[in-house]
Amino acid sequence: MMGDEIKKRINSLNFALLSPDEIRKMSAVKVTTADTYDEDGFPLDRGLMDLHMGVIEPGLRCKTCNGKVDECPGHFGHIELAMPVIHVGFVKEIKDILDATCNSCGRIKMKDEELEVYRPILEKTILNGEETLESTSIVNRIIDEAAQRTVCPHCGAEQYKITLDKPTTFRENGRKLSAKEIRERFERIPDKDLIFLGINPNSARPEWMILTVLPVPPVNVRPTITLETGERSEDDLTHKLVDIIRINQRLRDSKDSGAPQLIIEDLWELLQYHITTYFDNQTSGLPPARHRSGRPLKTLVQRLKGKEGRFRSNLSGKRVNFSARTVISPEPFLSINEVGVPEEAARELTVPIPVTPFNIEKLREIVRRGPNPKGEKYLPGANYVIKQNEKGMRQRILIMEKNAEEIANKLEPGWIVERQLMDGDVVLFNRQPSLHRMSMMAHRVRVMKHRTFRFNLAVCPPYNADFDGDEMNLHVLQSEEAKAEARILMAVQEHIRSPRFGGPIIGGVHDHITGMFMLTYMNPKFTKEETLHILSYVKYDKLPDPVIENGKEYYRGKDIFSLILPKDLNIEYKSKICDGTGCKECVFEKCPYDAYVMIKEGRLITGTIDEKSIGAFKGILLDKISRDYPPDVAAQFIDNFTRLAVGVISFRGFTTGIDDTDIPEETKIQVDLILNDAIEATKTYIDAYQRGILQPSPGKSPEETLEDNIMRVLSDAQKKAGEIASKHLGLENPSVIMARSGARASMLNLSQVAANIGQQAVRGRRINRGYLGRTLPHFRKGDLGAYAHGYVRSSYKKGLTPLEYFFHAMGGREGLVDTAVRTSRSGYMQRRLINALEDLKVTDNDGIVIDTTDNIIQFKYGEDGIDPTRSKGGKPVDFDSIFQKVLGERYLSAKRGGK
Amino acid sequence: MVSKMRKINVMEHELVPEHHLISEEEEKKLLQDLGTEKESLPKIKRNDPAIKMLERIYGPIRPGRVIKIIRKSPTSGKYIAYRVVTEE
Ligand SMILES: [Mg+2]
Ligand SMILES: [Zn+2]
Ligand SMILES: [Zn+2]
Ligand SMILES: [Zn+2]
Repeated sequence: MMGDEIKKRINSLNFALLSPDEIRKMSAVKVTTADTYDEDGFPLDRGLMDLHMGVIEPGLRCKTCNGKVDECPGHFGHIELAMPVIHVGFVKEIKDILDATCNSCGRIKMKDEELEVYRPILEKTILNGEETLESTSIVNRIIDEAAQRTVCPHCGAEQYKITLDKPTTFRENGRKLSAKEIRERFERIPDKDLIFLGINPNSARPEWMILTVLPVPPVNVRPTITLETGERSEDDLTHKLVDIIRINQRLRDSKDSGAPQLIIEDLWELLQYHITTYFDNQTSGLPPARHRSGRPLKTLVQRLKGKEGRFRSNLSGKRVNFSARTVISPEPFLSINEVGVPEEAARELTVPIPVTPFNIEKLREIVRRGPNPKGEKYLPGANYVIKQNEKGMRQRILIMEKNAEEIANKLEPGWIVERQLMDGDVVLFNRQPSLHRMSMMAHRVRVMKHRTFRFNLAVCPPYNADFDGDEMNLHVLQSEEAKAEARILMAVQEHIRSPRFGGPIIGGVHDHITGMFMLTYMNPKFTKEETLHILSYVKYDKLPDPVIENGKEYYRGKDIFSLILPKDLNIEYKSKICDGTGCKECVFEKCPYDAYVMIKEGRLITGTIDEKSIGAFKGILLDKISRDYPPDVAAQFIDNFTRLAVGVISFRGFTTGIDDTDIPEETKIQVDLILNDAIEATKTYIDAYQRGILQPSPGKSPEETLEDNIMRVLSDAQKKAGEIASKHLGLENPSVIMARSGARASMLNLSQVAANIGQQAVRGRRINRGYLGRTLPHFRKGDLGAYAHGYVRSSYKKGLTPLEYFFHAMGGREGLVDTAVRTSRSGYMQRRLINALEDLKVTDNDGIVIDTTDNIIQFKYGEDGIDPTRSKGGKPVDFDSIFQKVLGERYLSAKRGGK
Repeated sequence: MVSKMRKINVMEHELVPEHHLISEEEEKKLLQDLGTEKESLPKIKRNDPAIKMLERIYGPIRPGRVIKIIRKSPTSGKYIAYRVVTEE
């Protein structure tokens, strides 16, 4: 097959207009009957389903080519229009030509010497079917200039202003120009003038933009649908053509019988409407033609346009076999490289395995199992075998329970067995929207009970997945090349680091972080029994050395964590829980809050493992391991810490509730006092403003100054109230553990629950919209106070007053609208970027960016030739860790000293 | 009107990168290093203001000559691009 194909690069495409003669010549039948089938269901002669235009029913033969259903490509027919009609697609061009040419002699309204200077340039482009910036600008200038002339320079006839009544009515000095008149005018335009209008006289005549003959597309393009009830239903295009023929017939009859001009014009107008909507049923200014049910008809333009149109839906988009889609759910005991596939799906998805002398017995066993092997444990069966017959034709044989044994015995080398999915098969796993390359990664299959796809939670961030009903797609790779490529380039472990920011995108989330925090913060002690429980899911060499207290053996949390670290790892950094409020000056490993992580030779000496160690996006430890060690080591580390975290959190137990945010009564009073003071302070500012003595800040009006001051006072108060409330929320509190370790939520969220929600904003300012001079009728006009402009004094736990609730909803709505607008806009941008960049590639040896015709786009990828995935936050070299490695303690102490 | 406007040397503007005309030997070496044809290089029109400034130094520059452009780059500090001069 391959190699015999004719390969040619398309140089250019020429578009031309069909002349009425060409339409008649390519037509197989003149359609005159506004109907489709007779009572017996046989296509009517000269009807819209005439057998000359092709066949869609099995058993019948095409009257043009004598082909059967799959042999006949279909043939055009035509309708002779009783009166000419304007083609909506060319209205703009028709207007331009009417404007530029003389109403009586048909010449362009410019002198020959003005025009002829442009002929050489235009002939070079337009005659070759080209359009350059220069040629279009010349043509536009000629049309503009000619349209200005009020007297024809050739025949001296007076010229009038042409106006266009959308969509298809042209007027000259207010008098309607009929399509017939326009066509007559266009016929007078000489060929030699056409080039100045941008028309190549070899491929088009302007009068062909006014239709006198309408092509009828082959029936294959508009097939009849037969419903289960036996009822027939015609395609929208056929419906539209029926309308056109019917009106056309009435128009012809009226004309022939000499009906009043008014009636003829009405029918003509109606024919124009039907033909216009036949082309485009969303023409502005026309009511769309509707189906009996009230649904607008899908006509030619609607078939092609937009996301559901032929181009984006059928030509750029493809549907594939060997794929599955279902709901996703978490499975912490899978490796990040794996995906759990339901048995039901695994039985449908197959991998083609060529039969060889080496695997024939194994494959016989698989085929023998048939498509539905019984038994508790999942064993792969086979759905099809493909055998090569004598003529080299491939034959697919369906395996069923009854013929499985027989096929298994007949199996011989050269056949292909379509084996059901089994553990270890390589598949691509994908979640839409596929915004970056990590949206589609290669996983290894683990066939499992139950009906969801499952994967390790550390892989949620690259897919941006959660489990509130998300579904994902899975594609089974078929060829060896595809499998190898996917394993090497697309495997999950090759995508731990993101090219977006040069750091880890796969990493700990939520309970992973909580779990590691509970394991390492302040180095808790665990008994041997507890330790074994925690470690029961983890791969490790041997238990760490225990500490002995009161004759009992204990294991320290940090030692347990150290088990999963690479043995030669050295690094130190500040934890997430070091928020800068604890220590006045950092004392490093002596930090009393256990917030300074120090790892020496793969042992965690001090510090708490939290989001800044293992978190996706922020994990410094993860960043280090994924940069310095091979991908499988990094993957192993992630697998281990997720399992370790699950071990810890399921052993210790972890829960959170509203009482996490309980604060003592006297603290509530303190918060109240702070908020009262803040309100008083805003009143002082407002008073000063109203008396005109408010000192405006530089570059601001008094109004802006007042707004700034109020906003500042209220947010300071919120911060202070939050701090006071937080004093009573220590690190033994589950909500605080989650907030401080970076697992979920923030201290601001907690203080809004416990103390004060604070100012609501729309467009970054206090709420100012609503009624004249006030936000709600509950306030006086001109009230500048905090409560009148969206200040929410309550806490979430206490509850909001109705007015506070209203303002809060306003602020909340803005957020929702923003996300909606952002996603649609970034989606469109993404589409355009992909279309522009999809076929660029980086050359293997020297990192030059080229396109498909080897044009150089960039002399060095990214101008520096660096793979951002392997960079450290976008920088090519991680100087810090190199210095640390080379200079050791000397560098560290110099760095600590502030140098 | 036109004559009253001050003539500006675009090369003096801070957003215009350095342009250099390279010799034909250098052209040959460049194409060899890149393993490509002249037609694959990005283009610069002969009537580009930067070419006009270069022509003040070198005299007329015919289409087909190669211009070396040294730009500031946020990723690599300095980035060198080449463009082949084309007809207007
Ligand atoms: Mg979701
Ligand atoms: Zn046929
Ligand atoms: Zn004239
Ligand atoms: Zn500290």
